[in-house]
Amino acid sequence: MPRSLLNIGAPLLIVGALVSLPVGLAFLGVIRFNEDLLFFLLAEVMLLSGLLVVTMRDIIRCGLAMIVCFGALAGIYVIAGAPLVAAAQVLIYIGAISVLILFAIMLTQTKDAPASLVFQTQALGAAVASVILALIVVITVAATDWGELGTRLHTATDALAQVLFRDYVLAFEVVSVLLLAAVIGGVYVAKREEGGPP
Amino acid sequence: MSDSLDVYLTLSGILFAIGTFGFLARRNAISMLMSIELMLNAVNLAIIAFGSFVEPLRADGSVIALMVMAVAAAEATVGLAIVIAIYRNRRTPLVDEYDAMRR
Repeated sequence: MPRSLLNIGAPLLIVGALVSLPVGLAFLGVIRFNEDLLFFLLAEVMLLSGLLVVTMRDIIRCGLAMIVCFGALAGIYVIAGAPLVAAAQVLIYIGAISVLILFAIMLTQTKDAPASLVFQTQALGAAVASVILALIVVITVAATDWGELGTRLHTATDALAQVLFRDYVLAFEVVSVLLLAAVIGGVYVAKREEGGPP
Repeated sequence: MSDSLDVYLTLSGILFAIGTFGFLARRNAISMLMSIELMLNAVNLAIIAFGSFVEPLRADGSVIALMVMAVAAAEATVGLAIVIAIYRNRRTPLVDEYDAMRR
């Protein structure tokens, strides 16, 4: 009984904290009641689910948290003014790559895999290194003048198509050849060999 | 808040660091591939942010992000195929047990 209560209560508590933090900040006047509120919500969902991807024990749940992370990132793309990239994110990452990874998880996990150790022995060093990396990036971002505008620019899809199929048409074709080579290579590598181990 | 390039770049940097931690710390090969996807997404977020705030990069940012997505799809395909091929031989997805080239 307490366990089922915990199973329902803990997610509700987390969702409540996630929603109430930006709304509370908005009421306090730290952020405004417009896209900023949505951006804050999406950003915290993205970072939290990203942390869950790298820390959870059950790898299937890691894959599902990765889908949540990609979805929140698609929302951030919409706020940043790139709706076509957001649509491509939903189609390619949520629709294709996540499903591919989930199938690969189901093909390769043994039953006792979640019970074994999740992290390598250098996990502590890796944590320190990644915190230092994040700090360096944040300091660099704060210290550099990027020559940016004060407002967001919206990228219209027809302007994007003009640039993609006029200036970048060679890169487009090269990427299509690369995808074909990757498909053929993937099939060849994963193919079961005759007489080999099953 | 969402009108500032610095916020987007900071978010991207933190997500990249999370992916780095996952790549260095996890034992499972597929977890490492998922961490690589997180890092690629962080880079994509930075590219989109530059395209959305720097005038000369306006449409180019989106185009480059789409290219990165296509390359990420190719990378995921080949990476997962390699993991499945190794799993068929070694019967384990844990990278610290792949020691054939150390012996």
